[in-house]
Amino acid sequence: MSKGILLYAELTRYSEDGQYVHPVFFELAAKANELSKKLNDAPIYAILLGSKNLVENFKEGFTENNIDTVYVVEDERLQDYSTEYYSKIITDLTKEIDPEIFIIGATTQGRDIAPRISSSLHTGLTADCIELDINEKGQLAATRPTFGGQLMATILCKNQPQMATVRPKVFKPLKEFVKKDTKFITKKANIDDIEKKVNLIEFLKNPEKEESALEDAEIIVAGGRGMKDLMGFEMLKEFASLLNAKVGASRVAVEMGLASHEMQIGQTGKTVTPKIYIACGISGALQHTVGMTGSDKIIAINIDKNAPIFDIADIAIAGDVFEILPELINMIKK
Amino acid sequence: MKIAICIKQVPDTTDIKWTEHNTIQREGVESILNPYDVYAIEAALKIKQKDTNAELTALTMGPAQAEEILRKAISVGVDRGYLISDKKFAAADTYATGSTLSAAIKKIIPDFDMIICGQFAIDGDTAQTGPTVANMLNIPQITYVKEIESFDEKTVTVLREVEDGVEKLTAEFPVLLCLLKKEDEEPTRAKINGIINAKNAEITTLTMDDIELAPERAGLKGSPTYVSKAFRPIQKHRNVPPTEASPESQVIFLYNKLHELGAFDNE
Ligand SMILES: Cc1cc2nc3c(=O)[nH]c(=O)nc-3n(C[C@H](O)[C@H](O)[C@H](O)COP(=O)(O)OP(=O)(O)OC[C@H]3O[C@@H](n4cnc5c(N)ncnc54)[C@H](O)[C@@H]3O)c2cc1C
Repeated sequence: MSKGILLYAELTRYSEDGQYVHPVFFELAAKANELSKKLNDAPIYAILLGSKNLVENFKEGFTENNIDTVYVVEDERLQDYSTEYYSKIITDLTKEIDPEIFIIGATTQGRDIAPRISSSLHTGLTADCIELDINEKGQLAATRPTFGGQLMATILCKNQPQMATVRPKVFKPLKEFVKKDTKFITKKANIDDIEKKVNLIEFLKNPEKEESALEDAEIIVAGGRGMKDLMGFEMLKEFASLLNAKVGASRVAVEMGLASHEMQIGQTGKTVTPKIYIACGISGALQHTVGMTGSDKIIAINIDKNAPIFDIADIAIAGDVFEILPELINMIKK
Repeated sequence: MKIAICIKQVPDTTDIKWTEHNTIQREGVESILNPYDVYAIEAALKIKQKDTNAELTALTMGPAQAEEILRKAISVGVDRGYLISDKKFAAADTYATGSTLSAAIKKIIPDFDMIICGQFAIDGDTAQTGPTVANMLNIPQITYVKEIESFDEKTVTVLREVEDGVEKLTAEFPVLLCLLKKEDEEPTRAKINGIINAKNAEITTLTMDDIELAPERAGLKGSPTYVSKAFRPIQKHRNVPPTEASPESQVIFLYNKLHELGAFDNE
């Protein structure tokens, strides 16, 4: 039988308002369910680290996602993420579980920790995959963009576990829960020997960041160079507010100072999958579209009828945004 | 203070051309210093402004022509450059790159206080090399550093940019830092004496024989991962011809579509 698939269940930052399993875990879980079927129902494991009451607080996330076994490590010292503590614990546990595949969310934490684990285990790691599959030989085939999204590479790994990271929103969570009688195994944190050298002094929460949670938006109105200037972006904002939508941007728009980096969508920005994505004055360069092709419906407005964005649009409007948007805004207001 | 800066020469990915066979055309593509590494160098230069005794050593693993970026680093104020170059290092993945760089650092500056890397390289974009080097040298790391706030002989304090805000962290030396790019900061320009220094600087090349590294941990052999196939991404064609009617009818068309999709009922 297959040795199984391991997932890291990252928790969001500990705070008074609560703590959650990062949504990317459920996306990875859905993919792991798919991969497991291709590996004769390989077991799915998860690792969960934190300070206290972990099973109590987060149980459903595992029992409803068909996870066989969760290894839980509770320790006050694990309240805040620490590369040193976390990588030691996860590396030790992974050796014990000995899975054939290990998938981690490509969050800042995931990207910080995954290479430490993989190098400790002397195995390979494929970062920021956009597709994971099992090939005819039963290996993990991990596909990722390189060269700024201009080339896709499918990567295999000759050692085990075969490790990969996947950015949030690349996969979709399970549509319907798959119940499981998940086993929770509690382990001790083996970190007494570590003299921690990096310490968190302070965390400054960025309120704006939460507000602009592009990744969770149902509708996104995105602007590119074609929006010309700040006035153009003001118009986008007005349009967006009428649809309760969030505003996104191409990298050029960010570089022009029309939008903040937080708003950038694409290879070096965010990956989004809204119900409706409205691209205004965006040409549709691959580096942009890799971040938004997963949207349910794509509407594009571009003055150039040959713009590549039209290749992926469901609703394609060849026209001038400065003629169309003001009128549309008026019409919606009425 | 002794600082190692790991830098990389990368193809300018804004300038990629395709051959008829859908492979990337490598000839004639311009090579540049990885844009993130520019800011790794900047961060080290800022330290040197405050601690003029700081010794800055840049190193890169790559082909002979990667020497250019070492000279570039020297031209803006880095003290010396080492080229880690050998056919046996070629086609390394991040594991093998980490093995090689960490072995080279042990050889060149075993008593380093800090290693500074760029957070990403724009060609591979894995963000893996820094943490891998740190792990292999058995030292901690801080990734996504947007600012080195302060430092003394034993510690450094940095600001780290994360999804939900900014963390302020201190680290005891030795430590490895991965630096983010700064969109709003012009990097240092080389002055005339810098350019002369760079031209005259002696770049030491280290090969496999100069560092302590088992051959099976370097290059293609030392890479657990390998590319099974590389292809040009195909966009998911939805193939609706763009409508080119008058603006007025476009607006009505769009309004109706948005209505159909429930865009006006979005909570
Ligand atoms: C390593 C790397 C990473 C990158 N990462 C990203 C990324 O994460 N995100 C990203 O977006 N880009 C990224 N890029 C940049 C990307 O290649 C493109 O340059 C960028 O997406 C183009 O932005 P744009 O569509 O706004 O501008 P342009 O390509 O200049 O397109 C502007 C469009 O506006 C249209 N237009 C002009 N006026 C009007 C008008 N009045 N009405 C309607 N339409 C109009 C034009 O026809 C044109 O199609 C990256 C590039 C590299 C090399």
